[in-house]
Amino acid sequence: MKITGTMINYYFVCHRKLWLHVHRLSFEEQHENVQLGKLLDQSSYTREKKQIMIDETVNIDFLQDWKIIHEVKKSKSMEESAEWQVRYYISYLRKKGIAVERGILDYPLLKKRKEILLNDEEEEKLKDILLDIEYISNQENAPATINKKWCKKCAFYEYCFS
Amino acid sequence: MVESYYLFSSGELKRKDNVVRMTAPDGRFKDIKIEMTRDIYLFGETSMNTKCLNFLSTNKIPMHLFNYYGYYTGSFYPKEVNISGNLLIRQVEHYTDETRRLIIAKEIIYSASYNIYRNVRYYHQRGKDLETQLDQLKALRKLISRAKNIQELMGIEGNIHQVYYTCWAIVVNQKIDFQKRVKRPPDNMINTLISFLNSLVYTSCLSEIYVSQLNPTISYLHSASDRRFSLSLDIAEIFKPILVDRLIFSLLNKKVISESDFDTESNFCYLKKNAQQKILKAYNERLEKTIKHRELKRHISYRHLMRLECYKLIKHLMNDKNYEGFKIWW
Repeated sequence: MKITGTMINYYFVCHRKLWLHVHRLSFEEQHENVQLGKLLDQSSYTREKKQIMIDETVNIDFLQDWKIIHEVKKSKSMEESAEWQVRYYISYLRKKGIAVERGILDYPLLKKRKEILLNDEEEEKLKDILLDIEYISNQENAPATINKKWCKKCAFYEYCFS
Repeated sequence: MVESYYLFSSGELKRKDNVVRMTAPDGRFKDIKIEMTRDIYLFGETSMNTKCLNFLSTNKIPMHLFNYYGYYTGSFYPKEVNISGNLLIRQVEHYTDETRRLIIAKEIIYSASYNIYRNVRYYHQRGKDLETQLDQLKALRKLISRAKNIQELMGIEGNIHQVYYTCWAIVVNQKIDFQKRVKRPPDNMINTLISFLNSLVYTSCLSEIYVSQLNPTISYLHSASDRRFSLSLDIAEIFKPILVDRLIFSLLNKKVISESDFDTESNFCYLKKNAQQKILKAYNERLEKTIKHRELKRHISYRHLMRLECYKLIKHLMNDKNYEGFKIWW
């Protein structure tokens, strides 16, 4: 199974969202915040070569000299999931023999950035996460709704709670 | 927010840069901003090119076509981009397994008839004597759960409509000879209005199905072999009492529509252009009207209820939550 950065991200947000996304039941496209995210991506860092797709699996926002991985986000909510998304990219590229130094989370709207590193302990944890994602995806049915405060802003909200 | 565009004038429909431009023979034009468009309805005589269709397709905008008489002729349904193979398999499984198919079909009829019942009750509470019909409808609705197959279910549905249509003469204040539903061609004002508005609901449902991941050709109440987007007919069934029938009652009772809106020589089959426009305007206003959704705790438009219906159906098919059809609650 090809595990994408989005899947890593969703794993930390909501297992149900992850399952639905894996089964191609995705509602992102029509959602306002997702469209805003897309526009943000189009209008920021226009000098860089962007959206680098590797192995048709991981899609990296942009790279600096194949050493620094950048991930652009609209806001800091769900920061942990974004951090792991970047750690996954670092790990993925390192396995391909690319000497990635670190990752950076960019918040162009907040004019902030955050450095992300990957240590051995986190590398180990990533392995478990990948296994867990496979496990969740292979479940027959979608996991139950989580009913957290961030559900209301989620593109899947109307699907989950209608 | 995105909108539906209803184009009545004749002319050329073409892509112009990043908009679709409708140019009338006299050179006047209207630009349709593509990001703001949900779907396009064509009522006039329009010529267009593949460039325009390709543009609509890449922007995932369905286009619904109507002939000179206002009858629905078909839709340009852009390529599906958001397909879930998994869901498709389940959709088919629920169709081929008669037991599972019947569960969904029953729920559709159950909800549709509930909405019908509520329409009758509404007018009963407003002083029209519909006591007997209400009792009959209640009795018929009890039979739904006992239906053993789709044919039987369709029979019950037919009976419900028969009773329902006897209410119409009482509800409608204008004198119209309306006994039963006649299609192709409709034979009086009410039948013409029903046909026209039904086709609109059908296309609205289709537009909503298009943005969901459901396959529009696999349906449960209607037979999937109808060579139509029959899932649209299924979902429309639930919303017709609220969107079509209520609207007809109100248009006729408020005298917005009367005999003069029809071409009488056509035996009332033909709605004049300005009448079509009046109805479309009323229909669109109805679709945009919002209600506070109980579970979602959000304001949801009537149109969006159709989308939620698709979601609920998906959840049923994915074995997530049993499908419960939309029943008007206010």
